[in-house]
Amino acid sequence: MKVLVCISNVPDTTTKINFNDDKTSFNATGVQFIINPYDEIALTRALELTEAQGGSVTVINIGDPSTDATIRKALAIGATDAVRINSVPRDAFFVATQIAAYAKDQGFDLILTGRESIDYNGAQVASLLGEMLDLPNISIVKSLQVDGGTATLEREIEGGKEVISCPLPLIASASEGMAEPRIPNMRGIMSARTKPLTVVEPVEVPNLQNIIKFEKPEARGQVKLVNADEVNKLVDLLHSEAKAI
Amino acid sequence: MSVLIYAENSKGKLKKSSFEAASYAYSVASMLNTDAYAISIGEVSNEELEKLAKYGIKKILTVNTAQMHSFVNQAYASVIAEAAKSLSSDVVVLSATFSGKALAPRLAVKLQAAYVDGAISLPTNDGAFTVRKGAFSGKAFADVSMSAANKVIALNPNSFPIAENAQPALVEAFAPAVKDTDFRTIVKEIIQAADKVSLPEAEIVVSAGRGLKGPENWGMIEELADLLGAATACSKPVSDAHWRPHSEHVGQTGIAVSPNLYIAIGISGAIQHLAGVSSSKVIVVINKDPEAPFSKPPIMVLLVMLLM
Ligand SMILES: Cc1cc2nc3c(=O)[nH]c(=O)nc-3n(C[C@H](O)[C@H](O)[C@H](O)COP(=O)(O)OP(=O)(O)OC[C@H]3O[C@@H](n4cnc5c(N)ncnc54)[C@H](O)[C@@H]3O)c2cc1C
Ligand SMILES: Nc1ncnc2c1ncn2[C@@H]1O[C@H](COP(=O)(O)O)[C@@H](O)[C@H]1O
Repeated sequence: MKVLVCISNVPDTTTKINFNDDKTSFNATGVQFIINPYDEIALTRALELTEAQGGSVTVINIGDPSTDATIRKALAIGATDAVRINSVPRDAFFVATQIAAYAKDQGFDLILTGRESIDYNGAQVASLLGEMLDLPNISIVKSLQVDGGTATLEREIEGGKEVISCPLPLIASASEGMAEPRIPNMRGIMSARTKPLTVVEPVEVPNLQNIIKFEKPEARGQVKLVNADEVNKLVDLLHSEAKAI
Repeated sequence: MSVLIYAENSKGKLKKSSFEAASYAYSVASMLNTDAYAISIGEVSNEELEKLAKYGIKKILTVNTAQMHSFVNQAYASVIAEAAKSLSSDVVVLSATFSGKALAPRLAVKLQAAYVDGAISLPTNDGAFTVRKGAFSGKAFADVSMSAANKVIALNPNSFPIAENAQPALVEAFAPAVKDTDFRTIVKEIIQAADKVSLPEAEIVVSAGRGLKGPENWGMIEELADLLGAATACSKPVSDAHWRPHSEHVGQTGIAVSPNLYIAIGISGAIQHLAGVSSSKVIVVINKDPEAPFSKPPIMVLLVMLLM
């Protein structure tokens, strides 16, 4: 089984977010970058499947050379090889177009992404890829089993889940529950240095939308402290001031 | 030119978020001096569909064939694209629900459209068609200018008020051709807790964390949720420990919610938890620790008490 896992390089979850003076770009100074947590789940599941059934796991990232550390981490976790499309990702459409251009004649049986990137939170790339490659895609997948040419997946829906069957090749976006992320071991870290990382130049992509400004939310109303023996005050606040009940 | 909404249903009933999408679409259509239409897919009665008229929708196309009764994002995207073409809709609005998010990007590619996921504002009327959405997991907003001629907007549930603009509406059957290869995924089973308020759409969410000590103490959480007509949620460690199902887990790695009222009981308010709840309008924290991190970000009421 040939698996492609799309990994994005995102600010660590506890990072304070700052933007440059132009308000359109993220200020990366002093920020620790990590593999998007959902992509790590996808990668781990890909490794579990290929370890059990044979095959290879390629990771792909659209990024400039600064993302190589994140790609090496994916190799240390166990990916077979890596591809970096050498460009700063403009938006999800740009990213998906690059991945589709690379993947279209590679014969992947399975393409996995995270359910969303924790920076742009688009939840777009998997579905965009599905349409671009004319493959089925299933979003927000909590469980993925492969048996021969067919996969069984559980997709999250409001208040429950849907069990889906789909022939390979397919695209799925990984959510919590699909696998428990692995921590790379020493051997993995050593071998990651010599695993192949191919750098590919980007294709041209039309510009359909632009982020013209980032803004941080304003601090809202003050915190009001209510003591446990004044529950009526809370009800009152919620009722008359906040109008929430 | 026109605005089209995808009116999503759950078991034959239109979702609240579909009425929000209708109200939003009506506003966009008024801004563009045009009309708002809807497409419904699945088993929904005409009477139910006519409810959309109240929110400003003039015509409702319905695709109610057996093949379309279960959700397949690829096929649904094809149907909506065909509807947009037949009604010359250049703006398509849907809800950023699980299904909406799964089909909207496919639809955008089909229409060569600009796409904003999780929109929380109307487009600006300055020609730039700029729409605001959340980014960096609740820590920022991004203003996205949609420059392509066609536009697809997935509206975040609970971020646009339902508004009445009643007018007569027409329900019409629609029968687009859909390729067989659009039906490669097959829904085998749907497992859904019955009669529960849907979490992403809920106006009030009662959420509990590790402070509850164990699953046996959730009775009072469910009771409170029942009383308020609220959905229940939990923090990540709670679902990791199988005290509650994963579908209730909110936060950065779980579901993002934006209810009018979020009640966090025995939850410390870690940054990853806040990522999923910080756009709630009012947050009530019930915690024995007045210094719980929850108290630092913008919160309205903090009730300090010992639960047990
Ligand atoms: C990559 C990553 C992603 C994550 N994603 C998420 C996510 O999506 N969602 C999420 O929730 N977490 C997430 N986390 C975990 C997060 O960092 C916190 O560990 C978690 O939110 C804490 O859960 P909690 O508040 O229930 O428990 P705790 O932090 O243990 O807090 C328990 C709270 O209960 C209070 N308490 C205890 N006893 C009582 C009592 N008797 N009466 C009143 N109050 C009491 C305590 O004062 C405390 O504030 C993530 C972490 C990482 C690293
Ligand atoms: N720059 C990137 N390079 C490779 N994959 C990416 C990139 N950005 C996003 N992805 C993938 O697409 C998923 C969804 O991203 P998004 O649509 O931005 O929420 C992520 O979880 C990744 O798997």
